[in-house]
Amino acid sequence: MGEEIKVIVFKLGEEEYGIEVDKVQTIERMMPITRVPKTYAFVKGVINLRGVVIPVINLRGRFGLGEIEATDQTRVIIVAVNDMQVGFIVDSASDVIDLNTDSIDSPPEVVGGIKAKYLRGVAKVGEERLLVMLNLSEVLNKTEIIQLEGLEE
Amino acid sequence: MDMNQYLTMFIDESNDHLQSLNENMLQLESNPDDIGIVQIIFRSAHTLKGMAATMGYEDLASLTHQMENVLDLVRNEKLKMQDFIFDTLFKSLDALESMVQDITEGGDGKADVSAIVASLQSIVRGEGALPNGGIADESHSAAAVQGIELDEFQFSVLDQSISEGHKVLYIQVTLREDCQLKAVRAYMVFETLERSGEIVKTYPDVQEIEQGEFDRVFSLYYITQRDTEEIESQILGVSEIEITSVVALDHETLQQMVQESAATAEAVKSVDAETAPAATKLAETKSAPSPAKESKASARNAGGGNPSRTIRVDIERLDVLMNLFSELLIDRVRLEQLAIESKNQELTDTVEHMSRVSSDLQNIVLKLRMVPVDTVFNRFPRMVRDLAKTLDKKIDLIITGADTELDRTVIDEIGDPLVHLLRNSADHGVEPVADRIAAGKPETGTVHLRAFHSGNNVFIEIEDDGRGIYRENILKNALKKGVVTEAEAASMSDDEVNQLLFAPGFSTAEKISDVSGRGVGLDVVKSKIVALGGNVTIYSTPGKGTNFSVQLPLTLSIIAAMLIRMGSEKYAIPLSSIVETAIIKRGQIKQVHGSRMIQFRESLIPVISLSRLFEVPDFDEVLEEETEIVVIRKGDRLAALTIDDFIGQSEIVIKNLGKYLPAIQGISGATILGDGQVALIIDANAFIK
Repeated sequence: MGEEIKVIVFKLGEEEYGIEVDKVQTIERMMPITRVPKTYAFVKGVINLRGVVIPVINLRGRFGLGEIEATDQTRVIIVAVNDMQVGFIVDSASDVIDLNTDSIDSPPEVVGGIKAKYLRGVAKVGEERLLVMLNLSEVLNKTEIIQLEGLEE
Repeated sequence: MDMNQYLTMFIDESNDHLQSLNENMLQLESNPDDIGIVQIIFRSAHTLKGMAATMGYEDLASLTHQMENVLDLVRNEKLKMQDFIFDTLFKSLDALESMVQDITEGGDGKADVSAIVASLQSIVRGEGALPNGGIADESHSAAAVQGIELDEFQFSVLDQSISEGHKVLYIQVTLREDCQLKAVRAYMVFETLERSGEIVKTYPDVQEIEQGEFDRVFSLYYITQRDTEEIESQILGVSEIEITSVVALDHETLQQMVQESAATAEAVKSVDAETAPAATKLAETKSAPSPAKESKASARNAGGGNPSRTIRVDIERLDVLMNLFSELLIDRVRLEQLAIESKNQELTDTVEHMSRVSSDLQNIVLKLRMVPVDTVFNRFPRMVRDLAKTLDKKIDLIITGADTELDRTVIDEIGDPLVHLLRNSADHGVEPVADRIAAGKPETGTVHLRAFHSGNNVFIEIEDDGRGIYRENILKNALKKGVVTEAEAASMSDDEVNQLLFAPGFSTAEKISDVSGRGVGLDVVKSKIVALGGNVTIYSTPGKGTNFSVQLPLTLSIIAAMLIRMGSEKYAIPLSSIVETAIIKRGQIKQVHGSRMIQFRESLIPVISLSRLFEVPDFDEVLEEETEIVVIRKGDRLAALTIDDFIGQSEIVIKNLGKYLPAIQGISGATILGDGQVALIIDANAFIK
């Protein structure tokens, strides 16, 4: 038997994604971001979250999806993984659902343009809904970013 | 030289190291195959040895040195951890602990460790556990009756009382078998006795007796002026006492009594891996003539050399204090803005007063964390002197900038790396006298130890005028140790070769000596410094000398800074790195060898475009006829940064950018402005090469 977990659901484009609730610190509306020069292209900058300076990355940019303008729906999800606090800019975040880990299947090669290594799996919710579970430590893996940046140069 | 100043530090650090040694030993005991833990233990022991040697506590140092030998075999997998080795190591730790305890109480940290040293040596020689009878258990029970173990202080009190003509009595009280309220009876005995004298020590100790945790019998040392008989009858006056024996002691009987208990207690401590003769020897040394002890005790009383009265506060609490304070500071700036806008006189006055109070508070909070490097430096002259003697060299240590202040966190950590670097300079840098004369240098080598501020950093340099670093020697050694390959070696620049000294597994020391380590050297130094957010660089001229330059961040959390605007963006430049601000005309910028320079005072300095460097989207000084500049410095080199506009001077709280972002050249951190926005802090040092 798998265990029951709670998952925050957010959207990038039409696709729905999930992050375990216990990795999420808070969800904020879009706020002023201070640009940080000379860093990864997908790092939008840093924000002041109640006295703590936190880097914010554009999740679309991180996954190589096209960037879009912020809207009313845009949210910043602050996650804490491996002692790092990072904010993810997502198109919208609306829902918290219960999920059984058994319902998570291993991911196909590419989902919505995102490589499988960033994914923990795909969960089927209800009849129609598919939820892509993110593998946060891979998403925030720095060695991989460095290689990636190296290739681009 | 005032020893107390660093005695406290030594005690604190020793206790820390002992604590970590104990913890790691326990961990190792459950995972005997984890070499990683052995490494940690080894390093702790190594540091402890270094500190003890520096402070002149030879017994401590020699015991740790022996421990290190054992651990060295273990970590090189030449020796497998076994139970008896654990026992011996733990016993060594206990001995170390009691020595440090003695030092804490003002003693000289001397102890007879020959027995433990002998067993450690036998382990190193590869001999197994030495036979050990069941002495321990028997003697333990014996100790209970034969007398009370006294610590040296108590002993000296008793001893002196006898000298001063008081009576010292050894009293043993046995309660009746049917006694219902043992604790109460014992308490009544104590009270009776305390009316006419002083109880020095009881067995079991007072708490246990008062809780009734003893078996009918308890004993004590007592100082009084009354007669033995009088005391005896007073005790018997308490009900439910069966018998009491009161023995008056003189110098000799006291000595004897203490020896007996000490000998049995020592035997208990030195359980196994300990030959019977050694135990006797231990007892013998303990029974060494009392005059020595007496003089020691009286010297201690006279000196009254307690470490200075400080409290040790968990640095985390200071951090919390600092964080809370920085929140307050952000609000203060905001309040000041609001007050100005509202034009309410009473509010403005109050805010002004609050500002003054908070800047006083800020000074205190900052001072709490700042310590002059002198507290680390002042143990070095002695160390270098001793090193020079051991190595038979002549070395002058010249210290400058000892009053440079550094954050306590950094001070606490920087001691060991500096010890390593100094030892390194003395051992490998400065040549023996004969070589120096042959090379046409003065007989006496000079080692400079300098500390100075530069921008957001403090530099500590250790520079010797010794033999310098020869590329070939390093490469040869590195190849031998497998640190680099032939191909890599050929293509390395001199600087890169110098940095090899810091590579793990690289140690040029040919033989193991007390002075230079055995590979725990420079790589540990480097990793420690990097862990502090600093860096270390080697500059060397073969034949002329070597300079180890340690760069450390000023982890001051609050600094004064100039806020500037770059289009819509705001940045902060620490005032410490600003020389001057000015406005220049475009025509004043000259092209010199393809780089842009301006005339500043008597020299030409480079002009750096901040907007280009940071790719600022909505400002470019090229469009301006006149542009503001900030002249920044790193050491004695200057440069001009072109900027958009000045906002003003402000106290800012340094925050880091989080662990996720890699280090960004030119940015040292961030701060939160009064309006809640984040502004990046410019690291001027990065712009001047």
